[in-house]
Amino acid sequence: MTEDQTMSRKGKQLVEKIWSWLTGSLRNSIPQIVAIIAAFLIGAIVLLATGFSPLEAYGAMLIGAIGDIYGIGQTLTQATPILFTALAFLLSFKCGLFNLGAEGQLLIGGFFAAVVGISLTGLPVFVHLPLALLAGIFGGAIMGFIPAVLKAKLGAHEVITTMMSSYVALYVTSYFVNYPLKAPGWVSQTIPIAPSAELPRLLPVTQLSAAFILSIAAALATVYLLDRTTIGYEIKAIGLNPLAARNAGINTNKGLILAMVISGAIAGIGGAGEILGVHRRFIDGFSPGYGWDGLAVALIGGLNPLGSIVAAILFGAIRSGGITMNVSTGVPLDIINILQALVVLFVAAPKLFGYIRKKGGFKWLTSQT
Amino acid sequence: MVNITDIINVGLFAASLRMATPLIFASIGGIFSERVGIVNIALEGMMLTGAFSGVLATFATGNPWVGVLASILAGGLLGYLHAILTVKFAGNQIISGTGINLLALGVTAYLCQAIWGSRGASESVHGLGAVSIPLINDIPVLGEVIGNQTPLVYLSILVVVLAYILLFKMPQGLRIRAVGEYPAAADTTGVDVYRTKYLCLVLSGMLSGLGGAFLSLGHLSLFVYGMTGGRGFIALAAMIIGGWTPFGALGASFLFGFADALQIRLQSVGLLPSQIILTLPYILTIVVVAIFARKRTPPSDYKPYIKE
Repeated sequence: MTEDQTMSRKGKQLVEKIWSWLTGSLRNSIPQIVAIIAAFLIGAIVLLATGFSPLEAYGAMLIGAIGDIYGIGQTLTQATPILFTALAFLLSFKCGLFNLGAEGQLLIGGFFAAVVGISLTGLPVFVHLPLALLAGIFGGAIMGFIPAVLKAKLGAHEVITTMMSSYVALYVTSYFVNYPLKAPGWVSQTIPIAPSAELPRLLPVTQLSAAFILSIAAALATVYLLDRTTIGYEIKAIGLNPLAARNAGINTNKGLILAMVISGAIAGIGGAGEILGVHRRFIDGFSPGYGWDGLAVALIGGLNPLGSIVAAILFGAIRSGGITMNVSTGVPLDIINILQALVVLFVAAPKLFGYIRKKGGFKWLTSQT
Repeated sequence: MVNITDIINVGLFAASLRMATPLIFASIGGIFSERVGIVNIALEGMMLTGAFSGVLATFATGNPWVGVLASILAGGLLGYLHAILTVKFAGNQIISGTGINLLALGVTAYLCQAIWGSRGASESVHGLGAVSIPLINDIPVLGEVIGNQTPLVYLSILVVVLAYILLFKMPQGLRIRAVGEYPAAADTTGVDVYRTKYLCLVLSGMLSGLGGAFLSLGHLSLFVYGMTGGRGFIALAAMIIGGWTPFGALGASFLFGFADALQIRLQSVGLLPSQIILTLPYILTIVVVAIFARKRTPPSDYKPYIKE
């Protein structure tokens, strides 16, 4: 056998492997795809009941999201913070925790990045930008650390503490941009960050910034962390069975604190990316609910970082297309939050799909399995 | 110069009782849910939906008591939804609860915009108003605190007493607790585990809906976007601190109600910026949950029960 033949055989194997991975993951995503379709159908009923045309609304959404280069750029812009918060939720979930505080971690991460972006001047880009990003990571990490320690040392349920800490984050940042750090004018926002702290924009006219590349990198890093490192292995072991993990000699307290700190840090970079790449200043309550989008995306992505990339782009499209829809058809923007909630509800009960299948629905979808 | 009596006076305690009321309803709702082994973080969304439905029905009929009824129904409906997802389909309780909270926030804002043209707030409606109780009203100090409140305030105390009697003095209560503690054993003694869970979750939703009705019809007379502001989670904290008992939850609700009333007072005095004062109830909740977490044992392991 010549070297050429070996190469082509290897190439063929690779193509086949990728193909089977693609079809396999598509088949595994049937419940998620059905969940999204079902959410849009119920959303259509809500639109009809309130006097809007679903076709017109969804049409405007689609055109706004992917109709032109600007739309695609804005879709990826919106997908960026959502992917970060999805990874944050996913990582805590793998450790058996529910980080419902991504919204607050995002805000504090963005706020810390803004403070560094504004207060330091005269630094070169390659020093200032990393410092501002690190500040964002640090801010998010602290917000993850507090509920984690309260859980590990005192047993305080993280659902309550992360939720409450998000409210605290919202009000504290609001205080700063309304009083000590308020820019002149009537808007509750800071002055712009120094140009040396700005994340570069990728596509002219759109707000798409290098934060998008960082979010993809973060997804790949999360895969690596979970599948290739001891820490990742320990986090997953704790999530599967904390008692067994402890008996196997894993320090479960350390593991869960680490998981929450990393989770918060990822959401923190998401916030920093928004401030340094999109808004370039801190705006009071700048997140329209990215933390919750992230939760929905992590679930739709099958709690898999790579699946989350696809789901985040879908949700980014819904958010950016939603703005177009709102402007051109007058449908309230909150229809997006209804769709997001419906998706979460459908995915909450995987057995729902088994039930529908048993009752004879979706035969054409599942006959191959 | 701010006088201390401007902040701490009889009015503060009357306000504490008022602000405790939504927490009392929701935390009793939480107890019914968790006693049958279902974590219910959807209290927040059930309250919010209750608050909205109450205003909508009052707006349509002009009668706030029809509004209260609508709040109860809407809350109960969401309780039923939580039951379908977590009992029938054994879905993840936290995710189902989060989904309901997000749905409540989205639907109320969407409808508020569609009906009143603003997602921020509804039009004002005719609220419940206060009733004065003749004899109690005449007692000095105490009369000022409890003598002149919205009827729902008195109802909340009645609900606590009734919940205590039902859960701890009646055979039905024993069955409810058995379903949470040891569903397999309850099942073999002839208790319909699924039915009990469904009923308790619907009840949980109805009580939370009532808590919401207090906020929109008893307290403000209008609906405001996200007006529950995390009170569903604070009610969960009150339930935990109260050891999953009605009177324990009542006491803890008073503590959080006091913090909320104090926060409102401090805002009106204007010593500190409102944003800083607004964090007070949330920080208190975190601190108290951290202190009490290990001192309280949950009544269930919250695992879905699959009948053999």
